[in-house]
Amino acid sequence: MLDKFKNNDNALMVFFTIMVLAGPIILAPFGAGYPDLLQRFAIFGLFAIGFNILFGLTGYLSFGHAAFLGVGSYAAVWMFKLLTMNVIPALLLATVVSGVFALLIGYISLRRSGIYFSILTLAFAQMSYNLAYSVLTPITNGETGLQLSLDDPRILDAANSSGSLPSTNLFGLSMNSTAKMELLGMTLQFNVGFYFCALVLILGFYLALRIFRSPFGLMLRAVKTNQTRMSYTGLNSRPYTLAAFVISGMYAGVAGGLMAITDPLAGAERMQWTASGEVVLMTILGGVGTLLGPVLGAGFIKYFENIFSKINDNVLHAWFGFLPDGLEDAVVSVLHFFVGKGWHLTLGIVFMLVVIFLPGGLIEGANRILRRLSGQKTGSSATDGPKQPAE
Amino acid sequence: MSKIIKTRREVLKTAAVVGAGLSMPTFFASSAFAGYRNEPMGGSVTLGFNVPQTGPYADEGADELRAYMLAVEHLNGGGDGGMMNTFSSKALKGNGILGKKVEYVTGDTQTKSDAARASAKSMIEKDGAVMITGGSSSGVAVAVQGLCQEAGVIFMAGLTHSNDTTGKDRKANGFRHFFNGYMSGAALAPVLEKMYGSDRRAYHLTADYNWGWTQQESIAAATEAKGWETVNNVTTPLTTTDFSSYVAPVLNSGADVLVLNHYGGNMINSLTSAVQFGLRDKVVNGKNFEIVVPLYSRLMARGAGENVKGIFGSTNWHWSLSDAGSKAFVKSFGEKYGFPPSQAAHTVYCQALLYADACERAGTFNPCGVVEALEGFKFDGLGNGPTEYRAEDHQCFKDVLVVKGKENPSSEFDVLEIVEVTPRAQVEYAPDHPMFSGGALGTCNPGA
Repeated sequence: MLDKFKNNDNALMVFFTIMVLAGPIILAPFGAGYPDLLQRFAIFGLFAIGFNILFGLTGYLSFGHAAFLGVGSYAAVWMFKLLTMNVIPALLLATVVSGVFALLIGYISLRRSGIYFSILTLAFAQMSYNLAYSVLTPITNGETGLQLSLDDPRILDAANSSGSLPSTNLFGLSMNSTAKMELLGMTLQFNVGFYFCALVLILGFYLALRIFRSPFGLMLRAVKTNQTRMSYTGLNSRPYTLAAFVISGMYAGVAGGLMAITDPLAGAERMQWTASGEVVLMTILGGVGTLLGPVLGAGFIKYFENIFSKINDNVLHAWFGFLPDGLEDAVVSVLHFFVGKGWHLTLGIVFMLVVIFLPGGLIEGANRILRRLSGQKTGSSATDGPKQPAE
Repeated sequence: MSKIIKTRREVLKTAAVVGAGLSMPTFFASSAFAGYRNEPMGGSVTLGFNVPQTGPYADEGADELRAYMLAVEHLNGGGDGGMMNTFSSKALKGNGILGKKVEYVTGDTQTKSDAARASAKSMIEKDGAVMITGGSSSGVAVAVQGLCQEAGVIFMAGLTHSNDTTGKDRKANGFRHFFNGYMSGAALAPVLEKMYGSDRRAYHLTADYNWGWTQQESIAAATEAKGWETVNNVTTPLTTTDFSSYVAPVLNSGADVLVLNHYGGNMINSLTSAVQFGLRDKVVNGKNFEIVVPLYSRLMARGAGENVKGIFGSTNWHWSLSDAGSKAFVKSFGEKYGFPPSQAAHTVYCQALLYADACERAGTFNPCGVVEALEGFKFDGLGNGPTEYRAEDHQCFKDVLVVKGKENPSSEFDVLEIVEVTPRAQVEYAPDHPMFSGGALGTCNPGA
């Protein structure tokens, strides 16, 4: 199935669009079909797609992408506070501000490559985090986080006299509104905010697809393959990498803006290095340099974070209630360490297994299974990116 | 992009297509029929316990979770009933809430606003929680309280001591049983004046978020009114674990009192640092150098060990209180877990009971009914003496305890002694006091 998509971008686009739009139905049986998590899937999917344009194509490993996510969030929340609760200006400002910020950081960081580039981006991101946390408190409200309040000006909106905060909306269509539907004992929740994020995700995916297939994308791949040889042929690769960096930063900014749209609050911890590391994990877990991989990886990690961390001993006892008492307690006491607050441990093990046995990420795993099913011999590479471990 | 579901009508159309051939689907748009958000339909009601299980306040979070589980047991008629027997309101019958069995879901706030909101959102959207409670940080409490207001569920704040929670960031759907920074200052200042004199110079180290800021402001104002001088205030990030670089400058500042506006793991580390630097053995300006920890808890005192001896602070509740309510709570908590509860456990247990009681008295889980039942509610028997939920800001008013690290502890739990019970009148303030102004409750939101 995935093999076909390699040669047929339209089919891939249609497949992706259907999968995303049908998200609430597909994910409901896994307990993940509720709006907040679906929104997160879409937002972090977009974040990872953008990160992959830089990391997957040029091989430049940025360890500071969370800074752009945070800047996008702050920009969007300020737009909600000052201008209007409509999401369009917020999203535009988030994109522009993060783009300018990325240009600034990229211009300096891209003077170096390899590990030095990673360290520089990490340093910039930590600087932004600490600024947001302390010095810039009037703009960011420090640790408490930037929030809406009843007496914000919102100059384009009608005066609010309802006594409760207005919700973010798209020309009056509230992002919070959810239509519920019962189907086969499950409650499906179709949320406006999710579909808005999904549309942006699909657009972002299409744009990434065009970049991957363009001469510009080819140039970026050349940077990854052998930058030295490129410069010997007289080509200056810096404008290309800088462009990739800025595009990737803008993706992160849009993702940050979407986070603020679905939940109008921006906190400094979004910019911490752990958040930057998370997107690296997502991309590697899903498959570096592939189109679908980062989205898959983002979904995987967010699923772990939100579903696995909620499993407590009570839930485990309910699952294993059919076992004899002694055995049940034994099973629960072992699994106790891998669920709930131990979800990081499980994720770590999965990540190790993936990196060791599936260097191409989950996408490679999916390809192997499909090839096994269709009876083909393994040998030819079917991924739409170079198959090699992440550096 | 062919299908963007916009209106209820379109949803119904889509549902009809999808449902054809399957069982007859029952569908509804949330806003059309439900009276309020997450109305419990079956024989049970779900509460969301959102506490820090990792991060600097993890100890407090673990103790809160224990207390919540105890409260659920008591509400469902199990155990010995704890403080339900001493509570002045007798609406609770031990058959759940309004006849529905109490169930719960738990989540980890990680002491981060984002994570806490994500966790609370999934409780509301996925698990159908009708009330969210918990939090061991004011930053988190304010963030989650805002979320609950928007989502239309009740928020019963746990351990949050910032003035903002019921001040500038107060919300109609949010309630706080715990005391706050202003009350700490008002209760502590007279005791400090009596013990240390009225010409002291204080140096503040403050956790860098809304709780630290407001507590520092409150303590500085209250002590300055007694004649003290505030030499300096240095803010420290919440994630700091090594405070030596913050403690060292205190020695040369000319201050003779160090005020640690820290809590949980922060306080344990900063106090240990200060003691290791020998601050307590110093004599400055001809006076013994003193350390004050305005917000104290038994968990912290235990973590800091020997270092807390003789150090003054304030607390919401302490297990050594001898009223009937405290005794009953300590007994049932102790029997279940083998050690006495902390103030965090006490406040969240009270909040769970107060919420359940309000639902019973209102006869509904509807947030607006619960708000009405709690506003201005006067009660007794929950360990703090006569207490009132003030209608103007949803803050509980009650006596405040001034405590001191015990010189000769008899056990690892017996580390604090009560110096004074400050009466309610002395810690009360007007709802529009400058330290609390700038916010509005708004109106209750049933979420539908």
